[in-house]
Amino acid sequence: MANISTLNATGAAIDAVGTELASGPRGKKPRKVLSRRNVMIYGILGLAALYYLLPLYVMVVTSLKGMPEVRLGNIFSPPMEITFEPWVKAWAEACTGLNCDGLSRGFWNSVRILVPSVIVSIAVASVSGYALANWRFKGSELFFSILIIGAFIPYQVMIYPLVIILREIGIYGSLTGLVIVHTIFGMPILTLLFRNYFAGLPEELFKAARIDGAGFWQIYGRIMLPMSLPIFVVAIILQVTGIWNDFLFGVVFTRPDTYPMTVQLNNIVNSVQGVKEYNVNMAATLLTGAVPLIVYFVSGRLFVRGIAAGAVKG
Amino acid sequence: MPNPMPSQTGRTAPAPRSSGRPNQLFRNLNSKIALIPMMLVAAVVFFGGTVWTVIYSFTNSRLLPRASFVGFDQYERLWSASRWIISIQNLLVYGILSLIFSLVVGFVLAALMDQKIRFESAFRTIFLYPFALSFIVTGLVWQWILNPEFGVQGIVRSLGWTSFTFDPLYNPDIVIYGILIAGLWQGTGLVMCLMLAGLRGIDEDIWKAARVDGIPMWRTYLFVVIPMMRPVFITTLVLIGSGIVKLYDLVVAQTSGGPGNASEVPAKYVYDYMFQAQNLGQGFAASTMMLLTVAIIIIPWAYLEFGGKKRG
Repeated sequence: MANISTLNATGAAIDAVGTELASGPRGKKPRKVLSRRNVMIYGILGLAALYYLLPLYVMVVTSLKGMPEVRLGNIFSPPMEITFEPWVKAWAEACTGLNCDGLSRGFWNSVRILVPSVIVSIAVASVSGYALANWRFKGSELFFSILIIGAFIPYQVMIYPLVIILREIGIYGSLTGLVIVHTIFGMPILTLLFRNYFAGLPEELFKAARIDGAGFWQIYGRIMLPMSLPIFVVAIILQVTGIWNDFLFGVVFTRPDTYPMTVQLNNIVNSVQGVKEYNVNMAATLLTGAVPLIVYFVSGRLFVRGIAAGAVKG
Repeated sequence: MPNPMPSQTGRTAPAPRSSGRPNQLFRNLNSKIALIPMMLVAAVVFFGGTVWTVIYSFTNSRLLPRASFVGFDQYERLWSASRWIISIQNLLVYGILSLIFSLVVGFVLAALMDQKIRFESAFRTIFLYPFALSFIVTGLVWQWILNPEFGVQGIVRSLGWTSFTFDPLYNPDIVIYGILIAGLWQGTGLVMCLMLAGLRGIDEDIWKAARVDGIPMWRTYLFVVIPMMRPVFITTLVLIGSGIVKLYDLVVAQTSGGPGNASEVPAKYVYDYMFQAQNLGQGFAASTMMLLTVAIIIIPWAYLEFGGKKRG
């Protein structure tokens, strides 16, 4: 992309050619670090960065203050006295309705939802992607097209029929039901991800394995799986953040005692009864955001790849 | 940005040559078994579920779905409900503004990031981290920052400007802008990333040529680079567009649709009528309208993207 210094160099070179061998230094003066252009670029980026960082800062600062200090002052000022009590309270004592055992319940519910959902959805989607890439049959592409179009359909359209189906099977409201729901709605994007990845692997490998007599599952387990660690990592990142952040399915498909963390957080913060404890609320919010944030900061570039793919999911 | 429907690079499994077996059913049997979940999901949930909802939107189902058809009654009621009209208006305002702002801000940030700057990855990390957070977290943080008593308004007032008013979440006229601020905070990072990827894909020679011709940088961006990035823009547009229609969690967390019903959105209307007001027919009709909206966004795009390619 436009590296300005190379452009300048090109320009200078052209000048030099045009005027043959002129004496004296030619071209523009070497640029200063504090040129107007740099000040502008870094100024705008810095301001934007400030806007993006501000909420995180406010969350952290508020969650470390005591309630008297919160009432007194400025949400941007650093705490005069750091206290971790709001964190303890958010984790273990905050109330939703009649239950006062804090966000910890929501956290463990979310973990119990997350682990099987991630495993099942990735297992199903990777096999589907593999079958679509290497073992097509008449009609397989049609179903795949429906699946991809389905990724754009608002969940609200499909949610009630799904409630009926799960109720008929008898797993509506249970953890199994929610795992199935996450598997279903994660399927379009994950299948697409795996299909494209497997289709990009060298075809000779597949052919050689076929000639050696390997079957469907053998090729998947012995050849495709070992070669596709990166795409599995991307899929895991995508699913962990997506499922952890889910709210709608949690509300619709679970009961109050199995609510995931996001739903419980919303109930704690937006409950109308009692005195509002803003510091506890912010600590709770941070706790809920912590898991995806950790995934984000640890995974770096892979995360970008994951969300670029997952953006389709909306 | 991955293309949702990549060109047909996949391979068909080698079909057995012997034509002795007439039964097509058992060819690729394992593959068919493996794809049963996907076929079920596609056919039953995605296709069947959608059709079912559309059909039942023409019934007067209340607590339970009943197949007693009443024509377009539900739609008439929907479009005469003030709450639905408000929802649609909100979605339009939010949608149009968030499209414009996220595209402009996302592009400008990406263009700045593309100037071979230092700390690029630090900036990228900062711009993108909100996207890792859920809408619930986003909504709650901004609810706190926009709190009139302690938040931005309170601070400006305590600095001496006592008549300063900035309380979007408590003012029905501007509440949707309060939600917009939070939504943009969460989503522009992604747009920036997509745009940056698009900019990186532009040939460096274009810039050299523009430089040689003495075209100022902003004009190069406006008349050369942006037209070249058309596919990126269209993809981003579709992504933001289909995301906007689904806007739900953010509103629930930030305002619960209030004050009054000033910040209601269609997705919330659907949920409330289906699961709380126990008026399923209304919920189905409203969700069918959402489907229609998405179709209006998606179909022209899909046609442009895939319709033309097949011929070419």
